[in-house]
Amino acid sequence: MRIGVTRETRPGETRVAATPATVKQLIGLGYDVLVERGAGELSSFADQAYADAGATLGSTAEAWGAEVVFRVNAPSEGEIGQLRAGAVFVSLLAPALNEDLVDRLAAAGVTALAMDAVPRISRAQSLDVLSSMANIAGYRAVIEAAHEFGRFFTGQVTAAGKVPPAKVLVAGAGVAGLAAIGAASSLGAVVRATDPRPEVADQVKSLGGEYLEVVVDEVQEQSGTGYATATSEAYNARAAEIYSEQAADVDIIVTTALIPGRPAPRLVTAADVAAMKPGSVVVDMAAAQGGNVEGSVADQKIVTDNGVTIIGYTDLAGRLPTQASQLYGTNLVNLMKLLTPGKDGKVIIDLDDVVQRGITVARDGEKLWPPPPVQVSAAPSPSPVGERAPASLEPKKKMSPAVKLGLAAIGLVALFLVNATAPAPIPQHFTVLVLAIVVGYYVIGNVHHALHTPLMSVTNAISGIIVVGAFLQLAIDDTAIRVLAFVATLLASINVFGGFAVTRRMLGMFQKG
Amino acid sequence: MNATSVATAAYIVAALLFILSLAGLSKHETARRGVWFGITGMAIAIVATFALVVDLATGSDTHGGGGSLSVVLLLVAVVIGASIGLWRARIVEMTGMPELIALLHSFVGLAAVLVGWNGYLEYRGEPRAGDTLLHIHDAEVFIGIFIGAVTFTGSIIAFLKLSARIKSAPLMLPGKNLINVGALVVFAALTVAFVADPQLWELIAVTTVALALGLHLVASIGGGDMPVVVSMLNSYSGWAAAASGFLLDNDLLIVTGALVGSSGAYLSYIMCQAMNRSFISVIAGGFGIEATGGAEIEGEHREIDAEGVADLLTSASSVVITPGYGMAVAQAQYPVADLTRRLRERGVDVRFGIHPVAGRLPGHMNVLLAEAKVPYDIVLEMDEINDDLAATDVVLVIGANDTVNPAAAEDPSSPIAGMPVLRVWEAKNVVVFKRSMAAGYAGVQNPLFFRENTQMLFGDAKERVGDILAALARVPA
Repeated sequence: MRIGVTRETRPGETRVAATPATVKQLIGLGYDVLVERGAGELSSFADQAYADAGATLGSTAEAWGAEVVFRVNAPSEGEIGQLRAGAVFVSLLAPALNEDLVDRLAAAGVTALAMDAVPRISRAQSLDVLSSMANIAGYRAVIEAAHEFGRFFTGQVTAAGKVPPAKVLVAGAGVAGLAAIGAASSLGAVVRATDPRPEVADQVKSLGGEYLEVVVDEVQEQSGTGYATATSEAYNARAAEIYSEQAADVDIIVTTALIPGRPAPRLVTAADVAAMKPGSVVVDMAAAQGGNVEGSVADQKIVTDNGVTIIGYTDLAGRLPTQASQLYGTNLVNLMKLLTPGKDGKVIIDLDDVVQRGITVARDGEKLWPPPPVQVSAAPSPSPVGERAPASLEPKKKMSPAVKLGLAAIGLVALFLVNATAPAPIPQHFTVLVLAIVVGYYVIGNVHHALHTPLMSVTNAISGIIVVGAFLQLAIDDTAIRVLAFVATLLASINVFGGFAVTRRMLGMFQKG
Repeated sequence: MNATSVATAAYIVAALLFILSLAGLSKHETARRGVWFGITGMAIAIVATFALVVDLATGSDTHGGGGSLSVVLLLVAVVIGASIGLWRARIVEMTGMPELIALLHSFVGLAAVLVGWNGYLEYRGEPRAGDTLLHIHDAEVFIGIFIGAVTFTGSIIAFLKLSARIKSAPLMLPGKNLINVGALVVFAALTVAFVADPQLWELIAVTTVALALGLHLVASIGGGDMPVVVSMLNSYSGWAAAASGFLLDNDLLIVTGALVGSSGAYLSYIMCQAMNRSFISVIAGGFGIEATGGAEIEGEHREIDAEGVADLLTSASSVVITPGYGMAVAQAQYPVADLTRRLRERGVDVRFGIHPVAGRLPGHMNVLLAEAKVPYDIVLEMDEINDDLAATDVVLVIGANDTVNPAAAEDPSSPIAGMPVLRVWEAKNVVVFKRSMAAGYAGVQNPLFFRENTQMLFGDAKERVGDILAALARVPA
C-alpha cells in the first residue's frame, strides 16, 4: 500500500507527519511512501532528503489520493473530498470536540484514526502523540519563559556579584509539567511543582523538583483514566492559598493543568499575578482551553500593568518543528508497526484490540466514536483472574502470641517427657542435640548475604563428619558391614576434603576494593 | 585414659571448633579463619577416631576386631575419597558451584543410609526381648536411613536439575501432598513394626519409600526455587548426620549434625522470607508453583544497541548493576567486572544490587563477582540498595528477570506477588540484557520490559558487555 505524506495547510503549522528517518522505517514495513513536495520545508527537511530515504515526491493530489494518508492536523472540507473511499486517514482529530468532522469522515467512507485518542495504557505509549507533544511543549514553555525573563536561571557567584537562582513553579506534573520541571532544573533554577495526584511526588523529585503537597483532610481518589480528575472544594481552597503564596515568591510560573473534556481549571488569579514581581513570567500552557491563569490570551503574549509577562502560546510543540515532526513521525511508525502485523505493507485494523479500537473513530462509513472506556491506572486494579489466585496469595495467618506460647510449651513438655522417661544415654544425647540446634541458629544469625555460598559449602564439609561413624563401623569384623562402611567412608571423605577445598578457593576470591 | 576417652575429649574440641568455624563464616574479615577452624576441627575428629579404630580393630571386643584389614580399608577409602574431593574442588567452575554442592549433599545422605544399614546389620539376630535400648536403637536405624535416603535422592534430583541434565520444570503429580503424607504414614507404620520385630524386608521397604519421597519432594519444585532447595538439603544432610549420631551413640555427630541442620534450616528460612514463601511449604516440597495467574502483559519494548548503552553509561554519574543467573550462564562476570573498573576509573559510581535468590544458590552472584575480582564492598544486597535506585541514572539488568519484576510489587494476581524485588524500574534508565523476550524461570512475564524507561539489549550477555567495552574505548574519558 502507498502512504501519502501531505503538506500541512493550517496557518502557523510547522510540523510534518513524516521525516526522512521515519520514511525509511515505513518502507521497511513494506509500504511505498509518497511525500508531497515541500511538506517538510518548515521542519527543515528538504525534499531531496525524503527522496534519498526512498520516498517518491508527488503533488498535493497524489498525496491525498494514497491508500493511507498521514497528516498532523485535521483535514478541511475540501481535503476530505480528495481522499479516496476506503482510504486510511491518520492525524490529530480531537474527535471529542469535532463530532461533525468525524461524521464527515465517516460519510466519506474513510477509515479515520485519531492520534490524539490513544488510550493511556503502557503498551500504547509508543504511539501516544499527546505525550510526545506535551513533552516538547513543556520544554519549550520553559525556554519561552527564559527568553522573556531578564535574569539567569542558575545561581552564580561572579566577580561582579552574586546571582540568586530563579524560582520556578510548575503547576501540574503530567508529561508537559515533568518536561518543564526537567528543563527548568537543568537550567539551574529552583523548581517547585504542584499536582493533585500525590503519587507523582517521586517523579517530580526524580527530575530535580520539589513537590508541594496540598494537604487536605480527605482521601484522594486514584485516578481511573491516567489523567488528573477534578478536585474537591476543600482541596481547591488550600491549593489556591498555595498558589497565592508561591506567586509572591517565584519568578516563573508554568501552568499545565488540563482535565480532558472540560475547560482548564483556573489556578492563578489576577490577584496572584498582580502580586508577582515585575519582570516575572507566566506561561499558560492551557490557554487554548480557556487558561489556568486569569488574563492569559491564547496565542498571545501579554504584559500586565505590574510588568508580568503572560505567555499563552498554543503552538509550543510546533515551535520545535524538527523535533516535533521527528517524534510525531515516530509515533506514526509505531502505529503502523501495530497495524502491519505481517510487515508486508498491508494495514489490518483489529477492533478487538483496545488501542486500535480507541483511535479508530470512523470505518467503512460507520462512526466508531466514542470508543468503550478503557480502565487504566498506575494503581493495581482488582484482577479478573483473582478467582484462580492460589491460597498462598492470601495474607498469611499470623499465629497469635497465645498459640505460639502454647506450642512452645507443648514442645518443652514433650522434650521433658522424652528425657524423663528414656533410658540413658538418650537424655544426654537429646540435651546435646537441643543445645546444638540453638547454637546453630544463633551462630549464623548475622551471616553476611555474600557469604551464603561459602557458608553452605563449609557446613556441607562439616556434615561429612559422618565419616567418623563410618570409620567406627569399619572396625567391625563382618564382611557386609565392612563393604558398606567402606563405601560410606569414601563418600563422606569426598565431602570433607572437597567441601573445605572449594570453600577456601571461593573465599580466596573475595577482596575489598 | 584410653583411646575411647581420648576420642571423646577430642570430640568436644572438634565440636567447639566447628561452632567457631560457622561463626567465622558470617563475616568477610573472619571467613578465612573460620574455614581453618573447621579444617582443624575435622582433622582432630578424624585423627582421634582413627586412633580409636586402630585400638578397636586390634582389640578383642565382639563389635571390633577387624584387625589390620580394617585400618587398611579405612586408609584406602579416605585416600580415594580425598583425591576425588580435592580434584573436583579444584576444577569446578564457579558457575557450576550449585551442582557440586547439591552432589556433595547427596554423598552425606547416602553415607547416612549406609551407616544406618550397618547399624541394623551389626545387631541383626540378637534377641530384642525386654531390651529397651535395642528397641530404641532399631528406631534410630529407621530414622537415620529415612532422613539419609530422602537427602540422597533429593540432592541427586537437585543436582540433575541444576546441571540441566533433566528439565527443571516442577513435576505435577495429582495429589502430591497426599503422596508426601502417605510416605510419612508408611514410614511411621514401618517404624512401629520394625521396632516390634525387626525384619530385613521392612528395612528395604523404608529405604525404598524414603528414596521415592526424596525424589518426589525435589522433583515437584521448580528450578527457580533451587536456592532454597539446596539450602534445605544442606539442612537435611545435617539432620541425617545427627540421626546417625544417635544410632552410633556419638555426641560429635549429634552436635555437628544439629549445627548444620539448624543453621541450614535458618538459612532456608531467611531465603523463604526473601521470596515471600511459606517455610512450611518449602519443607513439604512443591511450593509456590500452584500460582498460575498473573495479568497478561504485552506491549512494545524498545531496543538499544551497545553504543547507546555506552553513551548512557558515560553520561551517568551513578550506575547499578543487577546480575542474575543469565550472567552466570553467559560467563559474563569477567567483562562485567572489566566494565565496572573502566566506569569507576571515569569517576562513575558503580555498585551491584544482589537479590537474595539471584542465581541458583544463595550468594551465587557474590561468588561469581568475587571470582572476577569485583571488590565486595560495592556489592550490596537488595535492602541496602533498593532505596537508592530511584536516584540512580542507569541500571543494567544482566540476566536477571524475576528478581526485578515489578509485577511482584504491583500485580496481586501474579504468581510472584509479594516477593520482594529490586525496584530497578524507579531508576532513570534501565537497560535489560536478555537473550529473547522469553519469560523468566518462574514463567512469569515481566512488565519491566515494556516500561517507558526500559530499553532492551538482546543477545549473549558476555558478547554484549564486550561490545559496550569496545564502544566505551572509543569515547574519550
